[in-house]
Amino acid sequence: MEAHTETAPAPARPAVLGAVGKFLSEYGLILALLVLPVAYGIQDLRTEGDLTRLADNLKDGLSNGAIWALVALGYTLVYGIIELINFAHGDVFMLGSFVAVGLWGTLGLTLVTGPLGLVLGLAVTLLVCMLASGTLNVMIERVAYRPLRDAPKLAPLITAVGFSFILQNVGILWLGGSPEGVSDLIRSQQTLVTIGGVNVTRGDVLSVGVTIPLVILLTAFISKSRLGKAMRATAQDPEAARLMGINVDTTISLTFLIGGIMAGAAGLIYALYQTTVWFFQGFTAGLIAFTAAVMGGIGNLKGAVIGGLIIGCIQQISDNRIGGEWTPAVVFAYLVLIMVFRPQGLVGEETREAG
Amino acid sequence: MTAVADRLNRLSHPNLVIALVFLGAALVFPFFLDSGATQMQTAVQALAYVAMALGLNLIVGFAGLLDLGYVAFFALGAYTMGWLGSGFFAGAGGGEGVAILVTGPAADLPGVHANFLLIVVAAIVVTTIAGMLIGLPTLRLRGDYIAIVTLAFGEIVGRIAINGDQIGLPGTAESLTAGRQGITPVDKIKLPFLDQFQALDLRPWYFVALAMVVLVLIVNFQLRDSRLGRAWVAMREDEVAAVSMGVPLVKTKLLAYGTGAAFGGVSGAFLASFLNTVNADQFQFSFSIFILAMVILGGLASIWGSVVGAIALAIINFYLIPDVFNDVPSKIGLDFDLTELSFGIFGFLLVIMMVLRPQGLIPERRRRLELTEGIGTGDTTGVGGPETVVEARG
Repeated sequence: MEAHTETAPAPARPAVLGAVGKFLSEYGLILALLVLPVAYGIQDLRTEGDLTRLADNLKDGLSNGAIWALVALGYTLVYGIIELINFAHGDVFMLGSFVAVGLWGTLGLTLVTGPLGLVLGLAVTLLVCMLASGTLNVMIERVAYRPLRDAPKLAPLITAVGFSFILQNVGILWLGGSPEGVSDLIRSQQTLVTIGGVNVTRGDVLSVGVTIPLVILLTAFISKSRLGKAMRATAQDPEAARLMGINVDTTISLTFLIGGIMAGAAGLIYALYQTTVWFFQGFTAGLIAFTAAVMGGIGNLKGAVIGGLIIGCIQQISDNRIGGEWTPAVVFAYLVLIMVFRPQGLVGEETREAG
Repeated sequence: MTAVADRLNRLSHPNLVIALVFLGAALVFPFFLDSGATQMQTAVQALAYVAMALGLNLIVGFAGLLDLGYVAFFALGAYTMGWLGSGFFAGAGGGEGVAILVTGPAADLPGVHANFLLIVVAAIVVTTIAGMLIGLPTLRLRGDYIAIVTLAFGEIVGRIAINGDQIGLPGTAESLTAGRQGITPVDKIKLPFLDQFQALDLRPWYFVALAMVVLVLIVNFQLRDSRLGRAWVAMREDEVAAVSMGVPLVKTKLLAYGTGAAFGGVSGAFLASFLNTVNADQFQFSFSIFILAMVILGGLASIWGSVVGAIALAIINFYLIPDVFNDVPSKIGLDFDLTELSFGIFGFLLVIMMVLRPQGLIPERRRRLELTEGIGTGDTTGVGGPETVVEARG
């Protein structure tokens, strides 16, 4: 037993085993990720002779994954800067959906609204959702995380879990405890083009079409602007950043604002794409998106997007082939695999915690 | 010699007197109530939750490993009871049923019916192994990553419980679980020299639960002051320092998971029999948080705190919210029941406790020092805070 402690030197292994181990830790996760699509691809080829069904799964997976990517960005930004898993983030996303649905009612958007009114109305809704979720996220940070910044690390994680439950209850009070169907404003299942037997629907176009510009904007903001530079500096070394005249508190608030904005946008897309909303969607989405963020390497923006898309595909394949009731278990199994075998993620560097 | 003196010292500690007073009160309490009263129902459940909170406190409080998937052990304990003490495996023994050290009517029914004490032992074995297995992948991880991995395991166990009716056991016509239908009825507890327990006579249940809690408490105190308990605390305060002082990390962590899980398993087996059902809907993430809230409310690492926290939250959840204050919102003109909000209330408690009184209602001495003077918080981020934390460590 004692020999297996962390500090003990690794026992000398034959060179072949060492090489296999190195290969596994380098590419093992990628191999594990390819298992599902490859297995079902072969099955499709044998039974149906083409890969249309798999391609269709992957297409749905990508548009779903775009939503998870937006949510995952919030996790990864916040973790990058204060090393906290913002457990309430999924529920901020859920309330974003609820705000969207509520606002359609107020604006009078229905199935018979003309195209111009619809585009204008949804643009307004998008802005309001982003603002609402962003503000909510900033407020949560102010109330639940900032007072605990010097406390042991588990303390803010526990308040985060607590806030997650509070927000879920807000959701229950708002729209009740069961899934609520909302009107399919954009007719998300309507096919726009068919490429190689795969129908690209309006929902797919919307989800990818909103996500890509947002991600580009965000990347540009973080890499080019002064505030983005302040965020990166704070993430690297908060004390040094403070000494250089950066207001660390404001920068952290800004990070939560941006994370919330992304979650709000994701909330609107989710409502339009899935046409059902309910209070529990945030919990599931939160864990899926967190898995995505970890998969890409937490703290890494590019990684969060890639992770979101991959997890979307896995989820879709699992929904379609294994059965939707097993999807959470499949996603969580991947989460455990990643945590155990490659905690630094696919593209990320080693974080202080996971090392 | 000093060991004996220590032990005597501890025995004469005023805490022990208080403990005996409370135990005495707990012993006479049921005789003031009707044996089938709702308050008795609440009291029995509260005691079962005390055992669980003590188990979780061991993992989170003593060893500092935030476990968000404690519900997995409740589930495994309950399913052990369901598998070994009900008619669920209807085909067992060729449809005749299998009875293991059981007398009375249950022995002739179909299904597997084992002696309750045997089931408890089985539940302990199953959950200890499960606890260690779940702990294994988290060994290399620290802090919040552990929380997420345990949460993921808890959810996987919950999913298997829900979808277990689709999983056939190889070679039989049985499935793994009954899913959302639930395994019901479950055998009532039958102890040697006592009659079979009855659903409407709650006093025997109460005393069994009380005995369970007293046992768990004794184990807890013994463990806390043992070499292992000190290793847990050392590991919690500074893992690197603990390792360099010779604490075997793997063994220490796995024993924390295993022991904490076993308490949950025993309590789960008891609750399955008491509630007369093993239903997959019981095993959700919110249950883990319910137990965690008890530990936090009482004070992390504080044994008496966990007891008080568990009793308080059980009373709030099973008595105050549904029976006393449920119609308050409708009285002031709001259109909902308070029961819908119970988990929001627990979430609120978690936030408030952590922000205003992180040491809990009955703080543990060492823990209070950590929080107020900043000692031992080896993994604080120190973002934007005063320098005291870093300096106190140096």
